[in-house]
Amino acid sequence: MPISLQLKVNGQVRDARVDDRTTLLDMLRDHLALTGTNKGCDQGACGACTVIVDGRRVLSCLTLAAQCDGREVTTIEGLATAEGLHPMQEAFIRHDAFQCGYCTPGQIMSAVCLIQEGRAGTDDEIREFMSGNLCRCGAYPNIVAAVRDVAQREAY
Amino acid sequence: MNDLTYRRAADVDAAIATVSADPGAVFLAGGTTVLDLALKDAVTHPSVIVDIGRLPLRGITEDEDRLRVGALTTMEELAAHPALRRRVPFVREALLAGASTQLRNMATIGGNVLQRTRCRYFRDRAVHACNKREPGSGCAALTGAARMHAILGAGPDCIAVHASDLCVALVALDAELHLQGPDGRRTVPLRDFYVPPAGRPDVENVLRHGEMITRIDIPMPPEGARSGYLKVRDRTSYEFALVSAAAAMSMSGETITAARLALGGVGTVPWRAPAAERVLIGAPAVTSTFRAAAEAAIDTPFTVPGTAFKIELAKRTVVRILRTVSGAR
Repeated sequence: MPISLQLKVNGQVRDARVDDRTTLLDMLRDHLALTGTNKGCDQGACGACTVIVDGRRVLSCLTLAAQCDGREVTTIEGLATAEGLHPMQEAFIRHDAFQCGYCTPGQIMSAVCLIQEGRAGTDDEIREFMSGNLCRCGAYPNIVAAVRDVAQREAY
Repeated sequence: MNDLTYRRAADVDAAIATVSADPGAVFLAGGTTVLDLALKDAVTHPSVIVDIGRLPLRGITEDEDRLRVGALTTMEELAAHPALRRRVPFVREALLAGASTQLRNMATIGGNVLQRTRCRYFRDRAVHACNKREPGSGCAALTGAARMHAILGAGPDCIAVHASDLCVALVALDAELHLQGPDGRRTVPLRDFYVPPAGRPDVENVLRHGEMITRIDIPMPPEGARSGYLKVRDRTSYEFALVSAAAAMSMSGETITAARLALGGVGTVPWRAPAAERVLIGAPAVTSTFRAAAEAAIDTPFTVPGTAFKIELAKRTVVRILRTVSGAR
């Protein structure tokens, strides 16, 4: 059954009319043309679809769009500003923290939250609390290096 | 894709009335089980999902002797509560050993209690034999890849594990569930909430249709009690348990004066081990005591070739957590 929603996506109020079974992931990609959020397993196992809803990182493939009515959503497209890329995006480039890049938007959204959560104190902590984001290319050492770099810069 | 309708509940009474009125209706909280099974695996077929995510059943209050946890509190919110670190560190350890941060931000405590098994045969609709899905159809796991399956409370009808980490610690603490349904409110100890699969694996708990969990009460052990949670798994993080153990104890000198023990990854329900607790209480905190407790904990297991290794692994896991928690050398 179609349902009308209004939510704030990357700072902008957006209206959408979607089937009520539509996931947040499919609404972002297919209705709002925000294709930066990737669909990996589409079943809550890989983390590729990670976005931020009301300040917390969640999996958009296991969230209904309808559940997000009135909420604030941030996707990978919402991180950069007029001044340039987000520091985490810069760090991923600097440390070559990806190969194919498919998991990267989810990795970066998760990493941004990880730092806000105060869980980037050690490499072990970064690995533990980034474990919901899988990278089939195995770029993990460089991902940890990128996150560590941002965490240390922000500590000053 | 299943045809289903989404509705958002205005309040608890309305949610209960809506679900009660339709045998195919279900409550939707965090969604990590309900949406997965209905939309992705298509092994459940709800007609209506009633979103209770915005109802005022969220938040934690701390009393002297217990934590009262609203059923819609998320796993991350509960893990962050300072009382956990201070009074029941093993509840926090169990919470953070489960899933990933993203899933813990979504999944609620009520939903964690009600999560369905991860048995791959249950979740694969191409598999015919699953007594949990289709009573009387058999159990494909018995002759299948059963590494992740149960040995306690299991039998030829079903060997599916209850995969919660949190509930292992909660059952050790005698947590209580507050339920509300069309016939009113009641309180059920977590220990009596789950139903072992014998005969009817499709019946997993005593919850009635239209009834919801509104609150989970976690009794606090006495000051000075120690606790720990040990999860043994194939990956260091973001993986279900092969075996896990939750232990809490109080000691006077070298003597154990109080003990709680429960196991995960091996039970069809979160598995309390009262016989092991009886071995521990009054005994010296030494390895021979712990081994005797482990033998008592793994009483009359039911194994298939894929799960036979879990008997010894579970016993060693019990010994390890008891040594750690007691500080015994």
